[in-house]
Amino acid sequence: MGGPRKISEYVIESWIKLSGLLVVIFVFLIFLFLLRDSLSLFGVYPLGQFLFGRNWLPISEPPKFGVVPLVLGSIYVTAGAIIICVPVGVGTAMFIDEVAPKSLKHILKSLVEILTSIPSVVLGFIGIVWLSPFLKNTFGLPTGMCGLTGSLLLAFMALPTIISISEDALVSVPRAYKEAAFGLGATRWQTLWRVVLPSAASGIIAGVMLGIGRVIGETMVVMMVTGNSPVIPKSILQPLRTLTATIAGEMGETVVGSDHYFALFAVGLVLFIITFIINFLADAFLRRARK
Amino acid sequence: MGVRLKATLILTASVLIAGCGETVDPNEPAGSIQVKGSDTVVNAAQKIAEEFMKDYPHIFVAVTGGGSGIGIASLINKTCDVATSSREMKAKEKELAEKRGVFPKEFTVAYDGIAVTVNKNNPVDKLTIEDLHKIFTGKATNWKEFGGKDLHIVTLSREVSSGTHIYFKEEVVQLGKKDSHEEFSAQTLLLTSSQAIVEEVAANEAAIGYFGMGYVSERTKTLLVAKGSEFYPPDVNNVLKKTYPLSRPLYFYTNGEPGGVTKLFIDFTLSPKGQQQFIETGFVPVGAIRYGRTQKD
Repeated sequence: MGGPRKISEYVIESWIKLSGLLVVIFVFLIFLFLLRDSLSLFGVYPLGQFLFGRNWLPISEPPKFGVVPLVLGSIYVTAGAIIICVPVGVGTAMFIDEVAPKSLKHILKSLVEILTSIPSVVLGFIGIVWLSPFLKNTFGLPTGMCGLTGSLLLAFMALPTIISISEDALVSVPRAYKEAAFGLGATRWQTLWRVVLPSAASGIIAGVMLGIGRVIGETMVVMMVTGNSPVIPKSILQPLRTLTATIAGEMGETVVGSDHYFALFAVGLVLFIITFIINFLADAFLRRARK
Repeated sequence: MGVRLKATLILTASVLIAGCGETVDPNEPAGSIQVKGSDTVVNAAQKIAEEFMKDYPHIFVAVTGGGSGIGIASLINKTCDVATSSREMKAKEKELAEKRGVFPKEFTVAYDGIAVTVNKNNPVDKLTIEDLHKIFTGKATNWKEFGGKDLHIVTLSREVSSGTHIYFKEEVVQLGKKDSHEEFSAQTLLLTSSQAIVEEVAANEAAIGYFGMGYVSERTKTLLVAKGSEFYPPDVNNVLKKTYPLSRPLYFYTNGEPGGVTKLFIDFTLSPKGQQQFIETGFVPVGAIRYGRTQKD
């Protein structure tokens, strides 16, 4: 009786183990692949000039592959998006979890899920046709293709992640905490602000981190609306160029094996390292939240 | 099942018989051709392929876009028979090709004019190449200097993967000087498509951009351009006569002297019937001299 069952269990167990390992192997291979092609660049182009160069002129003679404007572009857009979407996202999560009546709760939750399903290209199109002229007129800018346009659209894209993870964190705050606060005579707002929110903090931070990861890796929207000028941005109201848009915009033209091709891999490596660190931090916070 | 199978067999057979019926000459050329490259040329190339396949029903032509760089890269990697390009092959690419035993042969198949465009509310109607040079390198930053309104100029360009970007950089930003190291002003917006340039120019009074003649529309104002003192609009006549200063050839590349079906395709492209397809897709044919020669061939 036990024989076949044991075998099937063994098969399933090793299959699951293999799947788990495969993911690790894939990540490792991707990293190695990026590293190998990036290193080919540093053979002909100094690493220092790549990391600290202030000009990105890939098709000039001689080309300049300074990654600083691109990294700053990505940071500006991401920071802008986070400043916009964290208060809104956490606020929405608090509303859904603590304030909204049950019927509204379900509607809101499914609406948030629908947000995730809007293709980024559609958002980009809305950005070009509507948002960028609107911002141009509102702020009196020379052009609406700027960092802020990208930040607003990316904030919109990161919202579902932040809302659903923050909401999970809020739900998992033990009931006893709230009851104790109410027992001490705290109002609903005081309980929410001083008790529930701090005890859900690690989960919320993890949600924010995952949101950042989503934003910094997004390509289509930023490529369509941020103008892609490789300048060192002084303000978020200026056109700028991100790491992702650079790779997507330039990959089509490069000859396989050229310096430019390897430079784009190096940009990819920089992006990979940034998102890896962010996801790692998010994971650390999530684990702390579960404890 | 049986009925359907029979029907299929009959159909296949009749197609085959019909095919044979058309073939008077048993040496009828047959095979397939891969055409890859420039997004500027892709629509014209597709139409040529369709017409070509009507004349040579046993040759299959597959046309794909992606960009001039992609076409040239696949010619080097021997994954296409004809590479289409809106720019000349770079010296580096030729070097790379020869290293891999590919010897590209260049055919000029049509011309394209680059239109310079501004918003309809911009009073400026014409600019010289020198003016454009100042604007796109960031030496001139206000429309006032060209008789326009007191507005900061917003320059728009295509992405670096675009053959049009490279042409404009060489001819306007660097004024055609081979030793020039001038660049587009870093403030220049690099947009992903010609359509995005149309949208931004239509919405932004301070914007100036460029694109192939095919994108000229009522939504934006097309400028007259001069190299010297005579201003011309970008139209078929002025591109043919070379009086419009911003026009460029479009190229087909093959690996070495084309032979077999590839030669037939190139010849067809240069024939009046092939050239007609360029006219219909908004380009300028390579001219009468070329017509005559190809016909004699």
